[in-house]
Amino acid sequence: MIRAENIVKTFGSQEVLRDISFTFDDGKTNLIIGKSGAGKTVFLKILVGLLQPTSGAVWFDDIDVCCISKEQHRELRMQIGMLFQGNALFDSLTVEENIRFPMDMFTTRTAKEKLKQVDYCLERVSLEGINDKYPSEISGGMQKRVGIARAIVLNPKYLFCDEPNSGLDPKTAITIDDLISGITKDNKITTIINTHDMNSVMEIGDNICLLSDGKLAWKGRKEEVLDNDNEVLIDFIFASPFLQRLRSQALSK
Amino acid sequence: MQLIRDLGKFIAWLPDIFSKPENWGMYYKETVRQMYDIGIGSMSIVMLISGFIGAVTAIQFSYQLSGGFIPDYYIGYIVRDIMIIEMAATLTCIVLAGKVGSTMAAEIGGMRQKEHIDAMEIMGVNTSSYLVLPKLIASVIVIPLLVTIALIVGIAGGYIAATYVAGLTPVEFEKGLRFLFDPYNVVMMYVKAITFSLIITSVACFQGYFVSGGSIELGQASTRAVVFGSINILIADLIIALLLMG
Repeated sequence: MIRAENIVKTFGSQEVLRDISFTFDDGKTNLIIGKSGAGKTVFLKILVGLLQPTSGAVWFDDIDVCCISKEQHRELRMQIGMLFQGNALFDSLTVEENIRFPMDMFTTRTAKEKLKQVDYCLERVSLEGINDKYPSEISGGMQKRVGIARAIVLNPKYLFCDEPNSGLDPKTAITIDDLISGITKDNKITTIINTHDMNSVMEIGDNICLLSDGKLAWKGRKEEVLDNDNEVLIDFIFASPFLQRLRSQALSK
Repeated sequence: MQLIRDLGKFIAWLPDIFSKPENWGMYYKETVRQMYDIGIGSMSIVMLISGFIGAVTAIQFSYQLSGGFIPDYYIGYIVRDIMIIEMAATLTCIVLAGKVGSTMAAEIGGMRQKEHIDAMEIMGVNTSSYLVLPKLIASVIVIPLLVTIALIVGIAGGYIAATYVAGLTPVEFEKGLRFLFDPYNVVMMYVKAITFSLIITSVACFQGYFVSGGSIELGQASTRAVVFGSINILIADLIIALLLMG
């Protein structure tokens, strides 16, 4: 279980996160949602330890990550897989080398075992046979899936995804959502996704926290989203004029 | 003030760079790759510049010594000592500060901006060590070799210019090369080469690793790597000269 306790983050005089506390459920797809600039990415980076909170604590089970040594931090990070918004695939390495990189660095597996695991991960994200391609030779959606394959190659306990749908068409975005949700269930891992995609919210959001202006504005489950009178949530969900019209029509009936 | 801040940040960064590697094999592979990039990638420019410097030195001193009071073979002696004491190490390293330093800063800075460094950190990689230590080791091995090549090519350039342009016989030039040779100067050349290689790499990696912002900032970091690298080389050159020759 991951727990954020009273997280505050300031950059200079700007307060980006204001006293956020939230518990991410084990084995579920947890979503951090909110408008652009709400503080989602900063919150996610604090959770994975790429940023230090100004105050507050992040707990992975019974470990306070703010108070552990660098060595312990590295050990903890080996239980974490992360998909970055821009994929962060190494341009000079092939798809296979990208996925193999964590194994090369941290395991003593043989080349055959590594290849088997790479092939398994590629199969898991439905990208068999592209081992020798470079990231620049595949589409954005495929790059996302390779990013996911790399994130799960060491069988992590936690999977973090920073805006996995950004820059993708709606259909590919749904495929990526389904893939992440499937991996979460099959591998029994705890997934935390940072998104502003409403499809993701309604389809895979087991446990959701809504950030607005750096504050926790709402928390709940996908089933509770539509049947809710939280103004910030409504404003976020029905942001487009089209959805606002639909909502007005529904309410007038 | 910024200089003091950067110096403090750099010193605080050193333990991370020199911490135990997670996987020696990966570090070895990366070191070999860097050695190839630095060595093979820079060899032609180093040879070109040192050859010309040797030739120009021979021609200019031949012109200045043409009065007849100083024997002609002194041209070989001057070319040799100028190349060993100053030109081979200092000039080569200033050129490398431009070529290798800017490449390293841009490479690491680009990785920072594309979140590659964050991705490695998340995997548990000590990026300070993995991205910097192989470059440091590679440059400490390869740059003294490049300096040696610069020395040989510089003297060869001086030989060609002295014999074909300044009218010296090969025997006279060789006599000058052997005249008053002090092996201590060669030791000093390698002390300079190793010191300068550490400066080039550490300045460039520091500028790249801590870059923030976009492409303009990356360009500025790359420029700073060259400028600060070159200035630090000249300062270190003076200090080494004072310590070893003063």
